[in-house]
Amino acid sequence: MDIPRNWRLRTQRYALVGEECDHCHSKIFPPRDICPDCGQEAKAHFAFSGKGEVYSFTVVHDPPTGYEDQAPYAIALVKLEEGPIVTAQLTDVDSAQVAIGMPVEMVTRKLRAEGDEGLIHYGYKFRPTLARA
Amino acid sequence: MRPVAVLGIGQTAVGEHWERSLRDLATQAGLAAMRDAGLEHVQAVFVGNMLSGLLTRQENLGALVADWLGQLPAEAFKIEAACASGAAAFRVAHMAVSSGEVDVALAVGVEKMTDTTSGETTAALATASDADYELVHGVTFVGLNALVMRRYLHEFGWKHTDFAPFSINAHANGARNPNARLQEPISERDYTRARMVCDPINLLDASPIGDGAAAAVLVPAERVYDRPRARVLVAGSASATDTLAVHDRKDPLFLSAAYHSARKAYAQAGLEPAQIDFFELHDAFSIMSALSLEACGFAERGQGPRLGLEGRIRLQQALPISTQGGLKARGHPVGATGMYQLVEVVQQLRGEAGPNQLERARVGMAQNIGGSGAMIATHILRVA
Amino acid sequence: MTERAHTPATPGEGNAAPRPARIMRPTRAVGLVGYGAYVPRLRLPAKEVARVWSEGAALLPIREKSVPGLDEDVITMSIEATRNALARAQIPVEEIGALWVGSESHPYAVKPTSTVVAEAIGAVPYLLAADWEFACKAGSEALQAAIGMVGAGMMRYAIAVGMDTAQARPGDALEYTAGAGGAAFIVGPQEEALAEIEASLSFVTDTPDFWRRPGAKYPQHGQRFTGEPAYFRHVTTAGRELMQALGRTPADYRFAVLHQPNTKFPQRAAELLGFSPEQTRAGLLVPEIGNTYAGAALLGLTAILDEAEAGDRVLLISFGSGAGSDAFSLQVTPLLAERRTAAPRTRDYIARRKEIDYGVYVRTRGKLSM
Repeated sequence: MDIPRNWRLRTQRYALVGEECDHCHSKIFPPRDICPDCGQEAKAHFAFSGKGEVYSFTVVHDPPTGYEDQAPYAIALVKLEEGPIVTAQLTDVDSAQVAIGMPVEMVTRKLRAEGDEGLIHYGYKFRPTLARA
Repeated sequence: MRPVAVLGIGQTAVGEHWERSLRDLATQAGLAAMRDAGLEHVQAVFVGNMLSGLLTRQENLGALVADWLGQLPAEAFKIEAACASGAAAFRVAHMAVSSGEVDVALAVGVEKMTDTTSGETTAALATASDADYELVHGVTFVGLNALVMRRYLHEFGWKHTDFAPFSINAHANGARNPNARLQEPISERDYTRARMVCDPINLLDASPIGDGAAAAVLVPAERVYDRPRARVLVAGSASATDTLAVHDRKDPLFLSAAYHSARKAYAQAGLEPAQIDFFELHDAFSIMSALSLEACGFAERGQGPRLGLEGRIRLQQALPISTQGGLKARGHPVGATGMYQLVEVVQQLRGEAGPNQLERARVGMAQNIGGSGAMIATHILRVA
Repeated sequence: MTERAHTPATPGEGNAAPRPARIMRPTRAVGLVGYGAYVPRLRLPAKEVARVWSEGAALLPIREKSVPGLDEDVITMSIEATRNALARAQIPVEEIGALWVGSESHPYAVKPTSTVVAEAIGAVPYLLAADWEFACKAGSEALQAAIGMVGAGMMRYAIAVGMDTAQARPGDALEYTAGAGGAAFIVGPQEEALAEIEASLSFVTDTPDFWRRPGAKYPQHGQRFTGEPAYFRHVTTAGRELMQALGRTPADYRFAVLHQPNTKFPQRAAELLGFSPEQTRAGLLVPEIGNTYAGAALLGLTAILDEAEAGDRVLLISFGSGAGSDAFSLQVTPLLAERRTAAPRTRDYIARRKEIDYGVYVRTRGKLSM
């Protein structure tokens, strides 16, 4: 029953909403009280574009409890266009196609479901940038 | 602040102790350390442990272990810093004794990991990472290390096989340690053919978990010492922190907390890296060996694997590491690991390391890493 | 409102006297100010279903169907389609007064899809949010409601989404076609519209051609009863009545898009209405992605908007079992050409495909009993 802890993170999880530091203008994700770059208070909301590239990646074959039905799945460190790196799953991709430097974009997907009857938790994942004609 | 000595050490073998519980293991190691110190009573017990609440549904380990050791009403509590819990407990014991508040302290590291299924254990280990921003994405602990290793290979141009010497060395030493979880040597061929766990980390890059406990008795250095063997002093004791999540680090390939804690420990000991005779590092994954060597000043940035490739990490060479098998072969009972490292350093300094005894063992260093580098404790011990 | 009386061509209204057709127009002109499509990446070829269930002997109603990934559902797909619509609309999210999602596969039986979508796009908290259900026309129904709200001046913008991840019983005829996808539309003032909505009409009766009871995993259907008395009667009546009420003929439309449960039905119904294959080509996606249920006609419309030119007229006719059809007459404005590239086109999603076999499909769709 992680209802409150997931609920309170919904804005950042669904839409990659972080912060911009009022003092040094560094973009911050996840949002936090103190800017990691300049140590001043941070509070202005900033919606990230969701564009980024794969900084590193791996494939999880032995998942933790609660993620068995998804395995195998690719995990990546994604470097966002605005600077921060986030950890997230890659989706809509074959693991063999993933490479460091691959351009990706944020999508909101199911992170986990609590069985067939419990809550479904949604949040950001990244997929290869959609090819457009 | 007064100098502190390690008067006694004890350990259980690392393994799957089906017939022994968390409290049995802690009691066995604690009593062994007290016996080794020639003491029947201690004033304080500091228990290093990471997972008892999740895997054994038992907290409040301080009272439990003090009770089972027959040390009531000694002051006792648990110290948790993920996989660095063991060294953190040792560090608290050191602070207690060096401050003058406690004259005899027992530090015990203990972990019981085989009472649960592997999925539950994997999920529990992952709590060392950031629950809201790493764990929720289905990240495992090995997964986080794989992310770091992949980027390291990419950035510095190493091949996966360049990490083989770390694992080969650890297994060679573990094969001669009766307390090691894995006691078989491995070849480079074994390493390259090992099952992939989490690309690029394969089974022989990763340390095995296990049940185990290790303990040490700490006393003021001025205490009358009547033993025939060498007296071991704590020359440096420090810990430092970094971001909990790998992705929050300015440089995910540098163990900043290792750098800071080592630098403090060197300063306390008045030593430089070149004066360290051997190093029990935190080789939970082979990549961590490289990063640890770099952060502690034994290798340039991105050059950690070179020490392995040049054979300098083996017994009797320039900087022996994992002399009793390290996490890789001795095993990694997570909250106990830091205490195993310190016990093994003491064994070497005393000349009690058996077939793995180093010829030159006057100053030894141990470094215990919690999480993927978030909390790191470094200790330097030396012969008085 | 009533422009002319009309007696339905097909008997079946019991003893009720014939009623005049009612077309709907808001008091102030409105249009689509944004639109967005979504189709998941996986494709199951119909021949795979035939391989497993008929030793390959079955006639294939389509080539392949879209299948949602393990981490996709109507909520995630609606979020992406809505984001695409917003990218084209370029409107402040605070001015969105309603967000409605029509589907027969909402992830929760009780707990709205629409609030999650609204939260994800930042449109909370002052808006109407609700989930609609009317088999395959739940989305077009939401669109009509959006026209009403905006047309009445109660809000500046309203979003209507039709999205489905339809399930079909293994081996059933529906399993060949039940696909996943849908579209989102933002209704707003005519002066900002990419396409003006001229009028719409809804035609419904109690016709039990297809249903699913609460708790049942898969729907049931009346086999051939789904054709003539259900699909064809409702689709053709709605389309014909709307055109007649507006004084138009098929020749006035460059495009027509009909609900498409398979390839044959919409082609036949379009022919009955007097449309040529050329007029329905752009919106006929079912051979490539299957029947996306509440998304089907709407995705056809997004595909048309991806290529339509200013002045082009489009006739949209949905169909929902149970049964009813909503028909809409639209006319494209010059603004469409400059906005359509602001988000991926429907064809971009269709071109993004990974073929899977029946085994992967069974796992992905949760048909394995574990």
